[in-house]
Amino acid sequence: MKPIQLARRFTPRMIVILLGVLFAALTLSTFSAGSAHADEVGTEYEFALSGNVRFNGDPLEGVLITAQGGGYDAEVETDAEGKWKIGVPEKDTYEVTLDEDTLPEGVVVEDGANVFQAEFDLIDSVSVNFFLGEGTRETTSFFNQFLDRLVNGVNFGLLLALAAIGVSLIFGTTGLSNFAHAELITFGALMTLVFSGFGLPVWLAILIAVVLSGALGYTLDAALWKPLRRKGVAVIPLMIVSIGLSLALRYVYQFFFGGSTSQLPGTGQADLKFGPISISPIDIGSMLISIIVLLAVAYFLLRTRIGKATRAVSDNPSLASASGIDVDNVIRIVWVVGAALAGLSGVLWAYFRPGVSWDMGFQMLLLVFAAVTLGGLGTAFGALVGSLIVGIFVEVSTLWIPSDMKFAGALVVLILVLLFRPQGILGRKERIG
Amino acid sequence: MDWGAIFNNAAGELISPTTAAYALAALGLAVHFGYTGLLNFGQAGFMALGAYGYAISILTFGFPVWGAFLVGVGASVIFALILGIPTLRLRADYLAIVTIAAAEIVRLLFTTNAFASVTGSANGLSGYKNEFAALNPLADGTYGFGPFENNAYDTWLGIVAWSIVILAALFVWQIMRSPWGRVIKGIREDEDAVRALGKNVYAYKMQSLILGGVLGTIAGMIFALPRAVVPSNYQTTLTFFIYAILLLGGAATVLGPIIGSMIFWVLLSFFSGFIARAVEAGWLPFMTVVQGSQLRFILVGVAIMLIVIFRPQGVFGNKKELAFVR
Repeated sequence: MKPIQLARRFTPRMIVILLGVLFAALTLSTFSAGSAHADEVGTEYEFALSGNVRFNGDPLEGVLITAQGGGYDAEVETDAEGKWKIGVPEKDTYEVTLDEDTLPEGVVVEDGANVFQAEFDLIDSVSVNFFLGEGTRETTSFFNQFLDRLVNGVNFGLLLALAAIGVSLIFGTTGLSNFAHAELITFGALMTLVFSGFGLPVWLAILIAVVLSGALGYTLDAALWKPLRRKGVAVIPLMIVSIGLSLALRYVYQFFFGGSTSQLPGTGQADLKFGPISISPIDIGSMLISIIVLLAVAYFLLRTRIGKATRAVSDNPSLASASGIDVDNVIRIVWVVGAALAGLSGVLWAYFRPGVSWDMGFQMLLLVFAAVTLGGLGTAFGALVGSLIVGIFVEVSTLWIPSDMKFAGALVVLILVLLFRPQGILGRKERIG
Repeated sequence: MDWGAIFNNAAGELISPTTAAYALAALGLAVHFGYTGLLNFGQAGFMALGAYGYAISILTFGFPVWGAFLVGVGASVIFALILGIPTLRLRADYLAIVTIAAAEIVRLLFTTNAFASVTGSANGLSGYKNEFAALNPLADGTYGFGPFENNAYDTWLGIVAWSIVILAALFVWQIMRSPWGRVIKGIREDEDAVRALGKNVYAYKMQSLILGGVLGTIAGMIFALPRAVVPSNYQTTLTFFIYAILLLGGAATVLGPIIGSMIFWVLLSFFSGFIARAVEAGWLPFMTVVQGSQLRFILVGVAIMLIVIFRPQGVFGNKKELAFVR
């Protein structure tokens, strides 16, 4: 195959087509992980990969080809004659991939060989040809993909809920939007990592981590938040203090644990298949634990004396105090329970992501806030509903938007909800003065 | 221990364009938070819009400098409207959560691979400096003395950056003494009282959000000019640093953000220089150089807490004019 002649490319027809492709790519780029394409990229380099995509003698236009290797990657779409060319900086081994999604219906790469290892030897240009044949690709149907994402989303939503209930209860009882909750989440995961590193079984490590998280919550309340409440510091300064605390704690974690990501034991087990749904034993365990703990929290809030007191304080602290409820005690319990739940949520989040890193809680914090706001600030069950919505939305939205944008989607939903129902789904209208 | 280099680097930060950018962003935040009482946690988003608006206009569309400037400013006005319309009627903490979320959305939009051809994805953008450098009236060579010695480009950038900061500070000072500014401060103190006087609180808040946001956007452009535009620079942490600067200097002051930015950067530079060399010299055997650079962020966090608890009015603030009334 000869390299494409430069002179031939700039006929008016070609320019029109090129513009058409560019325009199509620009409009489509919102939905696909592609960028603007030309049929020739990297022309500044002296080495090139090129090819011609044809099926039964007819050129195929708009087929996406990507090349990757030696720290360089580029992508190109075939032109009206089915031709493509990718210039590369070095004579290296490149992995050339033909994106089967961009082939016309009924056309596949034979033997599934849509990835080609291209090697340069003496020549400066390598031609790569894919053999196309008729056939249908085995793709998961949309509904099955949706089911799979949905289950993932429920799992994520449940672990979000564990953290969100703490945020919501703390907000309800003290009025504090606790940004340092992110660090309580990270704390649980880090402690599990530390104690499982000592050779303890994972379940014991998790248990110790959750207990320590609760202890951290108690310490923070006793050493920082209670004195500040005594001092009569207003809500907004408290929030900024929590931001400072969050920043300090996060870099303390990085100071001791470094910037790398480590895995908890048992991560990466093979998925079990239930029809279209593939799910690992860890995910099942995670969901079960979340559901049991959430039910326990619900029982605590609805049936026990102290739980009722918590809801009373959350509703109106002065009235609760006047009716003989020990508000400080309730707030202390809320901190301990909230921190312990956050720690557990961090452990599950470490299995879900997967990985433990110093800023993992902070990555999740905004979603937790979104869930709490969505459900109605200060309402524990609103936090649960909001979390499930956010979790499912984040996972299911990856069917349509690039996965690196999935968190943005949830945050857009948050803003839209505030526009139409600012008090949140379960919130009451008078809460938002 | 090379004390000379440490002090030189620290002193150089005093008038660096980056310090000017942080000062301007903090001034914008002073308009929001200090004067109006709006909890904007999305200043990093405004800055990102400025930096990307400028860089993309020049690289993708070939705009001149003034055109790129206007694109950035226009983008931030639209951003402020989008943020303000749903939230300015709600309680203050809703605005905080929405602005922080919106700034993250902006950053994710600039990070995603979907728009890599325009935004450069996670690698960001560079190579947009020539247009600005072409306006430089200074001849090649070095200017200044001692720690303040710079090449022609940096000197030109420094002059432009600090001129903008001074003009913006004068503007904010004057506008806060005007009838408009008195209404704004009234909103901070008691929104309902201002409303009872027949003022449209919503519109005033929106104007304040736009004004402070535009200052943040211009700061983003200044911030982008000495370096490349990389999305990871515009994380929420950037907003927190600007809050640290604002609280340090005094939230409801004009000079506070500027002096706060100078103190912040000089101390940060001094501290990281000192720690790095102390580690190299073996004074801190339990610490690596990387850990030393993290220590300063821990201190920033602790400093934010201590200032808010013990001196909420900041270095220059007046205790009567606190932003934290609610």
